[in-house]
Amino acid sequence: MITAGLDIGSCTIELVVLDEDRPIFTRRSETSFDYPEQVRALLSETEYDRILVTGYGRHLVAREFGMGHVTEIKAHAAGVHHLVPEARTILDIGGQDTKVISLDKQGKVTAFEMNDRCSAGTGRFFEVMAQALACRIGELGDLALSGADRLRISSMCTVFAETEVVALRARGEAPEDVAHAVVVSVVYRVSSMIRRVGLREKAVFCGGVARNKAVVQILAQELGCGLFVPEAPDFTGAMGAAILARGS
Amino acid sequence: MNKTHEAMWKELDLDLGAHEALLTVLGRFYNDIYLSQSGRLQGMEYLDFVMGEVHGLRIREIQEARSAGRKVMGLFCVFVPEELILALDGICVGLCAGAEAGFDAAERHLPRNTCPLIKSFFGFRLARLCPYTSSCDLVIGETTCDGKKKAYELFGDFQPTYVMEVPQSKSAAARVLFRTEMDRLRETLERLTGRILEPQRLRDAIRLVNRRRSALNRLAALRAAEPAPISGRDALLINQVAFYDDPVRFTETVERLCAELEERVQKGEGVAPPRTKRILVSGCPMAVPNWKLPYVIEGSGAVIVGEESCVGARHTRDLVSEQAETVDGMLDALCDRYLRIDCATFTPNPERLDNIVRMARELHADGVIHYALEFCQPYAIESKKVENRLAAEGIPFLRVETGYSLEDIEPLRTRVEAFLETI
Ligand code: SF4
Ligand code: SF4
Repeated sequence: MITAGLDIGSCTIELVVLDEDRPIFTRRSETSFDYPEQVRALLSETEYDRILVTGYGRHLVAREFGMGHVTEIKAHAAGVHHLVPEARTILDIGGQDTKVISLDKQGKVTAFEMNDRCSAGTGRFFEVMAQALACRIGELGDLALSGADRLRISSMCTVFAETEVVALRARGEAPEDVAHAVVVSVVYRVSSMIRRVGLREKAVFCGGVARNKAVVQILAQELGCGLFVPEAPDFTGAMGAAILARGS
Repeated sequence: MNKTHEAMWKELDLDLGAHEALLTVLGRFYNDIYLSQSGRLQGMEYLDFVMGEVHGLRIREIQEARSAGRKVMGLFCVFVPEELILALDGICVGLCAGAEAGFDAAERHLPRNTCPLIKSFFGFRLARLCPYTSSCDLVIGETTCDGKKKAYELFGDFQPTYVMEVPQSKSAAARVLFRTEMDRLRETLERLTGRILEPQRLRDAIRLVNRRRSALNRLAALRAAEPAPISGRDALLINQVAFYDDPVRFTETVERLCAELEERVQKGEGVAPPRTKRILVSGCPMAVPNWKLPYVIEGSGAVIVGEESCVGARHTRDLVSEQAETVDGMLDALCDRYLRIDCATFTPNPERLDNIVRMARELHADGVIHYALEFCQPYAIESKKVENRLAAEGIPFLRVETGYSLEDIEPLRTRVEAFLETI
């Protein structure tokens, strides 16, 4: 059976089409204002027997196209369980939210936490910080890793943290040290969220921020365990939806 | 709502334009959240009527009673003994408010990060939106959480406000204090109403409030049936109206509703298909028109089977003993009953954990959603204890913290849906 999974995130949309377990088509694009139109265009490029939609825009798309929907939590759990059956903890940091999911051997969600109130510590947060540091988002990780661990950012609020970054730069602090401090501030917040749910190995890190090497490395140190990052960390939600579509 | 009440609202010094806007929003909410439900009970027509006239006929009744010399007391908390007020021929109205209207005005006096319940009653007064507040001869506050405690000090500048001291623990010394506070409240009310508390009238008041509690408890118990015979939204509304309506009329209505529900249960009928997931909501009070979480939960395909809350079981569970003969004996009995309330402003508060577990089991709940209003420390902090206890009992648990704004409704829905997927 050919199944498709669609993940409508606040920043990007991902589509995965599976022929049984084999991905035969993947697409990713930035979420536009009129995303139902975008979805229509994406879907016209491929064919499938069944489809499920997930992500924050799932209700609208499900209604518009008459599809079934699942939450991001269930979709990520299914996607990660498929890729890494030993996974027991999932950290997902997307464009605008952070989730920690605990799963059992069968890949069933047993507990989860979400930070969905503000952009603190999410992809959006790193974008703003990269801008304040005048570097490209893809380079922020390397920059942070080359910095020393000697500064602290105290605010988690994106707006206040940006002010702090600007002040540190004005004081003449090296950009790499400031970048390091930015990453550390996120790591502290995320690790306490993980501990609240309970850290069990194997831990898998997905979502766009998992591409940031500094976050992965410093977080792994802080947690004292390895963090597995899937090859395409932004696609686990769509992949999970495609897997769940089989039984839908 | 019609023009016929406008003169009355004007006399109560409401801001007519803003008030009209509030009623429009309320009406729209009610339509979307209530009237859109299918398979409702016939008895709910009365509640629809009451809600339609919440600022109309009920206020008129209250005004008429006032011209006949009766006094109106506004309350915020289930710790203030209604029986004393009723026995002195007073009228009680709940002033807790559940809408954002008036937040602007409130934030001129209160910090932004104040619990919405407090901001709302403040805002309703300052923005001149609430005919109940305007009708009060005395507002009776209480020392429960810090937010309310300090807010009453400011509120006193706008309206006569009396604060009852409610202890923070259930020790013997605390009981002595609370008993003294009963006497002090009695004296204040006697002076205000110009009446003397008579044993016969106090006994009648105790019986009346007990009868209302029993009717609500009977309704609550019927919700244990599978399939659930009434939606959580409707049950919440009934519990909300309990704070506004005339107690005799209201009790009779609930008793009639219960009879209708019993028939339904007998026939095995319900508002949701069999095997719908059943949720117990536990935590902070939900005041009219705060129907946000129930709307999200039931909109996600579950049904709410109980409210472990002050607008719910905490208000009705315990009855006052009817044995005492003397006024003092009855005040003792009231004291005993009120000190059994398991509010998170008490420390320690183990009874609440037991009550949550018992309710979850009796109502066959598949999971508990803990509801804290944003910036409510007592409930937010206590939620950890609830979480630990429910984990030990093997009952699925979700913690939600949210205010009155509809902005976070989508993330809230995601949380609730994900929770439902796991149970
Ligand atoms: S939650 Fe506590 S403070 Fe609030 S109304 Fe109930 S008893 Fe009073
Ligand atoms: S909800 Fe919490 S903070 Fe708000 S009034 Fe009640 S106890 Fe106080």
